[in-house]
Amino acid sequence: MKFTIQVNEGPYTHQASDSAYKFCEAALAKGHEIFRVFFYHDGVNNATRLTTPPQDDRNIVNRWSDLAAKHNIDLVVCVAAAQRRGIADADEAKRNGKDADNIAPGFRISGLGQLIEGGIQSDRLVVFGD
Amino acid sequence: MSDEMMEGGAVKKFCYVNRKAPYGTIYALESLEVVLIGAAFEQDVSLVFIDDGVYQLVKGQDTADIGMKNFSPTYRALEMYDVEKLYVEKDALEARGLSEEDLLVDVQVMSREEIAGLMEEQDVVLTF
Repeated sequence: MKFTIQVNEGPYTHQASDSAYKFCEAALAKGHEIFRVFFYHDGVNNATRLTTPPQDDRNIVNRWSDLAAKHNIDLVVCVAAAQRRGIADADEAKRNGKDADNIAPGFRISGLGQLIEGGIQSDRLVVFGD
Repeated sequence: MSDEMMEGGAVKKFCYVNRKAPYGTIYALESLEVVLIGAAFEQDVSLVFIDDGVYQLVKGQDTADIGMKNFSPTYRALEMYDVEKLYVEKDALEARGLSEEDLLVDVQVMSREEIAGLMEEQDVVLTF
């Protein structure tokens, strides 16, 4: 089965990102396909490479990056939500006159159309959030 | 978005479930943004309002004192995007002392069971 996953909450504050990650791992282990993971609302905060959790805690951001690299998963961050919350790649930083970018490897910034497309192209869209 | 998708083929039933008050959290506003962008994909769209989500449609919202933009007029513009199926749960309205006359757009008021049935028919359910 082909899945698109929507993550609506930020890392560490909320279980949603952890649950979504675990869901992706389990689905992949069963031979399913993850078409896309779409990060929305505070979920965009899963995409900052500046995250520095204590060493004995899980690194939620790196975990997503590693999963994307290993399984070639499309991690998409909503541009409008990202702009509000200060998540930027090099292009976005330049366009908005910012002095830095912070997007983690494996993530890309794009529009909400990517979420709708995920819903159209996948067998199931699963939302993780409040 | 890919060309093949825009040129037709798959039309799915998309349902946006709005459960939160319009202010206090950003969910309602960002849900509306998805609906507006999603309209370009010409899918079969329904909006459902349950729980505190019914407050999103209440007339006469005044946000001046909380420093937030009042985005409620946008619900009236949904018609122009061919988003015309708005469903509101009856119990949620009544529990908050509201009726259909308090709402700023035309909606269909449904029982909890009818809403459940509607959601069962959907291909994609996005909850906010």
